[in-house]
Amino acid sequence: METAQNFMELSKQVVGFIYPNEIDIQWSILIVVYPYITGLVAGAFILASLVKVFNVKELQPTYRLAMLTALAFMLIAPLPLQLHLGRPERSYEMFMTPNLTSAMAMFGFVYLWYLMLVLLLEIYFEYRRDMIVWSSESTGLKKWVLKILSLFSTDISEKAVAFDKKTVKIITIIGIPSAFLLHGYVGFIFGSIKANPWWSSVMMPVVFLFSAIVSGIAMVMLLYMIIKPLLGGKIDMKCLDKVASFLFYAVIVDFSIEVLDFIHRLYESEESIKILSQLVTTKLFISLVVLQILMGMLLPLAVMAVIKVFKLQEEVRKLLYFVCGLLIQLGIFSTRWNVVIGGQLFSKSFRGLTTYKMELMGMEGFLVALALLILPFVILSILIKLLPPWKKEELAGS
Amino acid sequence: MERRDFLKHLCWVITSGGILGGLSADAWAKMLNKDYDTTKHYYGMGIDIDKCIGCGRCMQACKTENDVPAVPFYFRTWVERYVIRTDRTVSVNTINMESDELGDVLAEKDVLRSFFVPKLCNQCDHPPCVQVCPVGATFKTDDGVILVDSKRCIGCRYCIQACPYGARYLHPKTRVADKCTFCYHRLVRGLLPVCVEVCPKQARIFGDMKSIASPLGRFTRMNKIHVLKPSLNTDPKVYYANLDGEVN
Amino acid sequence: MKDFFKKLPEQAVRVVVVFLVLAVVVFVIRQFIIPPEMKEPALQRASSEEREAAKEIHYAGAQSCVQCHDKEPEIKKSGYHRDLACESCHGAAQKHVDNPTDVKPTSPKKRDYCAYCHKYNFSRPTGFPQINPDMHNPRKPCISCHNPHNPKPPTTPRSCNACHAQIERAKAASYHALITCTVCHTAPEKHKISPRTVIPTKPDKREFCGKCHDKASPRKGVPTVDMATHGEKYVCWQCHYPHTLGGI
Repeated sequence: METAQNFMELSKQVVGFIYPNEIDIQWSILIVVYPYITGLVAGAFILASLVKVFNVKELQPTYRLAMLTALAFMLIAPLPLQLHLGRPERSYEMFMTPNLTSAMAMFGFVYLWYLMLVLLLEIYFEYRRDMIVWSSESTGLKKWVLKILSLFSTDISEKAVAFDKKTVKIITIIGIPSAFLLHGYVGFIFGSIKANPWWSSVMMPVVFLFSAIVSGIAMVMLLYMIIKPLLGGKIDMKCLDKVASFLFYAVIVDFSIEVLDFIHRLYESEESIKILSQLVTTKLFISLVVLQILMGMLLPLAVMAVIKVFKLQEEVRKLLYFVCGLLIQLGIFSTRWNVVIGGQLFSKSFRGLTTYKMELMGMEGFLVALALLILPFVILSILIKLLPPWKKEELAGS
Repeated sequence: MERRDFLKHLCWVITSGGILGGLSADAWAKMLNKDYDTTKHYYGMGIDIDKCIGCGRCMQACKTENDVPAVPFYFRTWVERYVIRTDRTVSVNTINMESDELGDVLAEKDVLRSFFVPKLCNQCDHPPCVQVCPVGATFKTDDGVILVDSKRCIGCRYCIQACPYGARYLHPKTRVADKCTFCYHRLVRGLLPVCVEVCPKQARIFGDMKSIASPLGRFTRMNKIHVLKPSLNTDPKVYYANLDGEVN
Repeated sequence: MKDFFKKLPEQAVRVVVVFLVLAVVVFVIRQFIIPPEMKEPALQRASSEEREAAKEIHYAGAQSCVQCHDKEPEIKKSGYHRDLACESCHGAAQKHVDNPTDVKPTSPKKRDYCAYCHKYNFSRPTGFPQINPDMHNPRKPCISCHNPHNPKPPTTPRSCNACHAQIERAKAASYHALITCTVCHTAPEKHKISPRTVIPTKPDKREFCGKCHDKASPRKGVPTVDMATHGEKYVCWQCHYPHTLGGI
């Protein structure tokens, strides 16, 4: 009855006509958080792969941090999905009887593939030698945790370490298409819904992918700028400039693809164009035009262009990069919001708009979403304690 | 008309048997289920827009028959009212079960045409909801009805997103997807879906497309037929006669 | 095989072993521990269909009613409500069928129930009998004049608006307000009994309207045209709608 009351309130805010069942917004803030988090995973991994596969030497200081970031977010990625289910206790059905024609059914498999065969394996081979060394240096619980994590391996001969390096490279090569798959696939979940013209687009996986790369690079950049000084190291400006430079190009590509999609829709001007224009100019104006495009893309692009053109001082550059990173996170989060929530705000009758009222408490509310966004950072801090991304010499030397 | 007679006969058997033998309807249903062969039927529904008077009896009966929450937000079937004005603007609303809103809000001289459109699950031949269900909990039966396995649905609501017709909702009590089943429990007992049963104007015509002579057969022979959103290639099995182009 | 393992560095062997163990565990659990009804879609589907089919019915269907009641169906058979199912008004009655003495179906006696269908609404198809409850014998229960099983106006309608309220209303505000329906339409007496099969006439000659609207007409204060040149091959009502203000 309480929901009925809520719906009564909501129905007053409906503009035009919606199908009666559409008053209930099905995918809430948690489903906004989910592609945001997986995007960070894919993006961070792509940044890491720049070091290993494309040999961008300047980025080496961010490599391990990027891998740990990817892992921390990956571990949380299924949680928002799990929590939003109507019957969370039945999620195992996904593995019992996966429906092969369903994009969503593949989630478990894509996720497991990426987590087990890419992230964990790569981190294992990357850290194996260090884990053996660190475990011999430490005592108590940490010693044993490291021992278990290194699978009780003991060989730190040059030959074995060389093998590790080679394997890491191979895994990264497999990992790039896997990262594309992971996030492109999240885009496909939305892009393949023909009933929803806001989602239904072949561009959707591509848009998701590039926005993922943007958000992932920006997140690692932010974390690098925060964590390295916290651990007593100095920010390597050469590395930071390079990261920012990649970020700059990624934003340009992302922006052009989104503009292309936008122009295409506008030019084709299909049946749904009226309601979608109404959606963009009213309910999504702040989150799409202001937050996503102006603040989340054009402003950082302009700032980074200024940095590139004028040789600014180190301290100014740092500050501006930091601000850009934050703005981009805000922008990409808005992107996810605009896709997920935006796609549900208009009626499939194309005759009206409805409203999403976020809960504060409750399983699908703001607080849970916030907790899910904080949790990866907690995990990351534990991971960093256990598997430091920079060796002591690196911290002291740079 | 053979089918009608058959139904009559069947119902007579059920009810008289039920009364005489003192058996519950369920016990009889179970006996009948054994004889019910899903492969021998393929169901569809016809809707004649020109006949619907917008009384809302179908909506009310459906809620009672199928335990749909009795608030005006969850519907397995509903009726939309279209008003097209002389300036070609269109306004639509779902008629309320407590039909107070049915009054004339507009000056009638501004109305070009107006009509009611009953809606329900289209029981698509190519159902997008079945395609996207991650666990295969929603499926098409041999007799052409899309059902939801309420014991296995995980409540991910992907099917609700995929349905172009807004025919599905998340049941607030069971927390699983719910939708029109053509009153499957009635079909197997030889009864009509309840919306068809109570429609005072026979605006809804139910039938078996595998039977040669049926009211639905005549309906599809005598009318120009249209389905909703044909461009989406879902192949609905709910057929509309006299449907206006404004309806979607 | 052994050689292959020997060639691999020890850490790779460890990883392979971990994955093999995991794979075997998953395989064993899936193959031997999980019962078939948890992993066989066909079984699950069958049981879901069974559960759906076994659901309780609430509406018994009109054929059940006639098993015991013969008076009302007999009256109803030839009246305007002949196609109306008993449960459209009396509500879900399966409980009454199961237990005829203790459970009685409802019997709506108030005006608002009849109003669901018969309250005037311009979206309803024309010709469907509708009244304005505020004007039509207010407060008097409908059933005091109309027998719901054979609803007939107690007296033959004086005007056509009993069924054609929409036209009547529009006309009342138009220039033709004072012209009665029968000036233009001849309605056979049978039209009142079989409204759909016996249909009143429309003017079939241009000259009919020309009596007032031709240039040569002696009528004063009426818009006139030269009938010889104005829209010659059409009957007037093929373009002008005579019931609305000014026509379209």
